[in-house]
Amino acid sequence: MDAWSRFLDAFFKWQLIERYLPAILDGMAVTVEIAAAVVITGILLGLVLAILRAFRILPLSALIVIFADMLRALPPLVLVLLVYFGLPSVGINLPSFAVLWLVLSCVLAAFAEEIFWAGILSIPKGQWEAARSTGIGFVSTLAYIVLPQAVRLTVAPLTNRTLAIAKNTALGMVIGVSEILSQATTGQSFAGNATPLTMGAIAYVILFIPVVVLGRWLETRFAWRRA
Amino acid sequence: MTSNRPPILEVRGLRKSFGHLEVLRGIDLEVLPQELVFIIGPSGSGKSTLLRCCNRLEEPTGGSISIDGVDLMARSTDINAMRRRIGMVFQSFNLYPHMSALGNVALALRRVLGRKRTEAEALALAALARVGLAEKANAYPAELSGGQQQRVAIARALALGPKIMLFDEPTSALDPELVGSVLKVMRELKAGGMTMLVVSHEMRFARDAADRVIFMDHGLIVEEGTPEQIFSGPREVRTQAFIAEIAR
Repeated sequence: MDAWSRFLDAFFKWQLIERYLPAILDGMAVTVEIAAAVVITGILLGLVLAILRAFRILPLSALIVIFADMLRALPPLVLVLLVYFGLPSVGINLPSFAVLWLVLSCVLAAFAEEIFWAGILSIPKGQWEAARSTGIGFVSTLAYIVLPQAVRLTVAPLTNRTLAIAKNTALGMVIGVSEILSQATTGQSFAGNATPLTMGAIAYVILFIPVVVLGRWLETRFAWRRA
Repeated sequence: MTSNRPPILEVRGLRKSFGHLEVLRGIDLEVLPQELVFIIGPSGSGKSTLLRCCNRLEEPTGGSISIDGVDLMARSTDINAMRRRIGMVFQSFNLYPHMSALGNVALALRRVLGRKRTEAEALALAALARVGLAEKANAYPAELSGGQQQRVAIARALALGPKIMLFDEPTSALDPELVGSVLKVMRELKAGGMTMLVVSHEMRFARDAADRVIFMDHGLIVEEGTPEQIFSGPREVRTQAFIAEIAR
């Protein structure tokens, strides 16, 4: 057997592709579900935290900063294991799917909060002053003047961070969430062949390339009209 | 000058400190209805801070301010309601870049006065027409020249029907050839009976449009009088030095 067929046999074995395709497709569905749930709750929670921080209530801001710094410092895998194996000891039993969703949402929220906050801070003071000088209140100024501009600035960094966190759904493997990587490694152990892992890799590319493209499109779409 | 009518703006013993730096050291000032009062003075004299205290964008450290008889500093005063009656125009325009000219002008009408969209836009369009920019209603700030942007900013303040307009160096950020269009609008406002308090370096405008000129230095009003008095025969040494300096 020449090198080329050995390579194909190790990574692209046709019988294995056929055998494990249904499992990988199931895994893709699970990955999409968790990733979508994480993106929605993570970004919304991050936005809410950034808005709360804008009120500059000292104890509240301190809590938000601690939350954001802790969750950005800890490796997500550590959090996943800690929550999954720790919560049952205090009588809380969450399904592994829920643990993964909860942890990744909080991690994304921590990063998103920092990104939104940086966006809010980058809006010139004059924008606040102009709005306040026409009698528009703090909350409305935030809602109609500051956030629309801040959010536009955050599209690029937020897309990158969201992608990075969404890919962490692969951590579900260690707590038995049947997402792509989980299905692929199971297939690999049974077959003794890397082909299911190749399929898993391809599945990730298929899922996440469109998100990268969408991010690029959003970036141009949200740049407001210039002369 | 209109007399016997209570002042629109009344400032008494106004003080403002930033940390240890005392920027305003006891200002007394009245602006009567339809009067155009012009404030001049070297940079750092407290002109802009005085203006910004008049709608509490800066919080005074002491003294009192009342607008149309309402104490601006009183706890019971709704500052947002008062700010609608105090138009402010900034050196850097501060238009909202994500909204059209019409959107910029209509926003407060909708969110503060609670007007319906169509009603707010009709009022906004009328305000834009007053500054000669009705045809630019759908343009975004980035598509407008500096002079046009500043006129939209004037329309934004004007649309709320203010009792007094505060101008904080409205032409300082403009290219020289665009200054005239903004001053023209200010002259029209004056002719229309608007009460105005203006901080600016446009001395020619002060000469022919102001009712009264105030010279400030180091947080105090040094001298005030008609433009003729201040520009041609200032009494105080500091005023004389400043006038000589800007005349060069």
